[in-house]
Amino acid sequence: MSMEQVITCINCPVGCRITVTLNDANEVISVKGNTCPRGEKYAHQECTLPLRMITAVIPVENSAIPLSVKTAEPVPKRLISQVMEELRAVQISVPISLGQVVLPNVCDTGVNIVATRPLQ
Amino acid sequence: MNRQHVDILIIGAGPAGLAAAIAAREDGIESLLVLERESNPGGILRQCIHNGFGLHRFKEELTGPEYAQRDIDRAKELEIDIECDTTVLAVSPDRVVTCISREKGLRFIEASAIILAMGCRERPRGALCTPGTRCAGIYSAGTAQRFVNLEGYMPGKRVVILGSGDIGLIMARRMTLQGAKVLACVEIMPFSSGLNRNIVQCLNDYDIPLYLSHTVTDIQGRERLESVTVSQVDAQRRPVPGTEMVFECDTLLLSVGLIPENELSEGAGVQISPATSGAVVTDTFETSVPGVFACGNVLHVHDLVDHVSNESFQAGHAAARFVRDSHEEKTFLRVEDGEGVRGTVPQKIQVHPQEAVTLMFRPSGVFRNASAVISCGGKELLRRKAMIFTPGEMAAYTLKPDAFDGLDGSEPVVVRIEKGAE
Repeated sequence: MSMEQVITCINCPVGCRITVTLNDANEVISVKGNTCPRGEKYAHQECTLPLRMITAVIPVENSAIPLSVKTAEPVPKRLISQVMEELRAVQISVPISLGQVVLPNVCDTGVNIVATRPLQ
Repeated sequence: MNRQHVDILIIGAGPAGLAAAIAAREDGIESLLVLERESNPGGILRQCIHNGFGLHRFKEELTGPEYAQRDIDRAKELEIDIECDTTVLAVSPDRVVTCISREKGLRFIEASAIILAMGCRERPRGALCTPGTRCAGIYSAGTAQRFVNLEGYMPGKRVVILGSGDIGLIMARRMTLQGAKVLACVEIMPFSSGLNRNIVQCLNDYDIPLYLSHTVTDIQGRERLESVTVSQVDAQRRPVPGTEMVFECDTLLLSVGLIPENELSEGAGVQISPATSGAVVTDTFETSVPGVFACGNVLHVHDLVDHVSNESFQAGHAAARFVRDSHEEKTFLRVEDGEGVRGTVPQKIQVHPQEAVTLMFRPSGVFRNASAVISCGGKELLRRKAMIFTPGEMAAYTLKPDAFDGLDGSEPVVVRIEKGAE
């Protein structure tokens, strides 16, 4: 059995509609519709293990201003809501420096959540 | 009354103002002052907490605050004087700036050169003429972004977004991640002006429907918004009766365009281009008022902050040269928008430019397999093919000084898009 997935390429404004055929083991058999190699690479990643950068703001105990944070690397897309869940439990107070680890190894991904601004 | 003099005064400490200040200081301008009405430098980047900034300039993807911090740190290293919480009230044609702050009161500052870097504003509800009640719960997308990302407030729980520009798309994701339900994103045009990346990662990832060729045709609610009516539109963008859908919601976000903020520029007598709503400038970003320069979103609305920074570095260098050099009368080549092109900047190029000139414009529609052509009289200065031109992506082409050899200003430089074979 094989399965077809149609995705929109995000690399440039052309936005190719790419058809990816996968087998039962979720392996890519064919990629059609892309017009450049970047599209093929993206299609592979997006259909096997889609990744996303997650950015958010979290409240800070002794500051009226929330802290903006991000995953230091992209994480699997399926974990977005779990990452947000873990972020809601973070307790942190000022001072915070840019790049400071706010939450290590979020959802066991090996990826840290880091501050994207300093907060005094 | 206080009266002081500076060599260069910059209005706005967003990415444009910061880059212009850094360039001017690196050129040796000691007497330099940046005025900022907010309490912190960084401009709109401070609230753009998503990533994707800086790919061109830094070869990495930064969030807005991270991008801003790099320029803020550099400005600090260079000991650039940035006065925050200071609002500029007026700019005069002879380069006297009136400003006010709690700390220093009302002041008049004379400047040898002024750089306008005030950025842009969002088009408000009033500009859309949407019928309905005047209830609470209707925000521009950027205002909502400020509430959520900088002030820690959620504007509502059930949200409809009108307009599919990038800010609207980004806010669809932000509101969802922070716990709201986004019911729909509604776009009057048959295509989105947002990046494909944002359509996929901000709407599709969260199963938020995008209604193309639709618009909001009624707004209902007494105190607070209760529902909006969405209708399909025809090719002339007129609502089609019988296609109404009602969404029960407490929040409507408007992402319906940005307009350069030129009240101060107009007060100074700066000529404004109807195509860009920004100043008419030369290839050194000088406006029609001598010694007054403009850069960034106050000049024309950009898609990428990298381009804002690049343009503003050039404006900063140009202002430094203006302060230092004698000003001889120059003659200019006129730049005109040809077919398929809108809002080319700069609008004037000096005859025999000393440095490379980058022409930036927006395609007026979607063109596939077409070419951008820049010509003057019978002479073709540049021709570049592209797979696609869209209004959502600013096009930019750089010409070396020798491309303008032999041009005397008797004929305009015309920028156009030539359609290719289908």
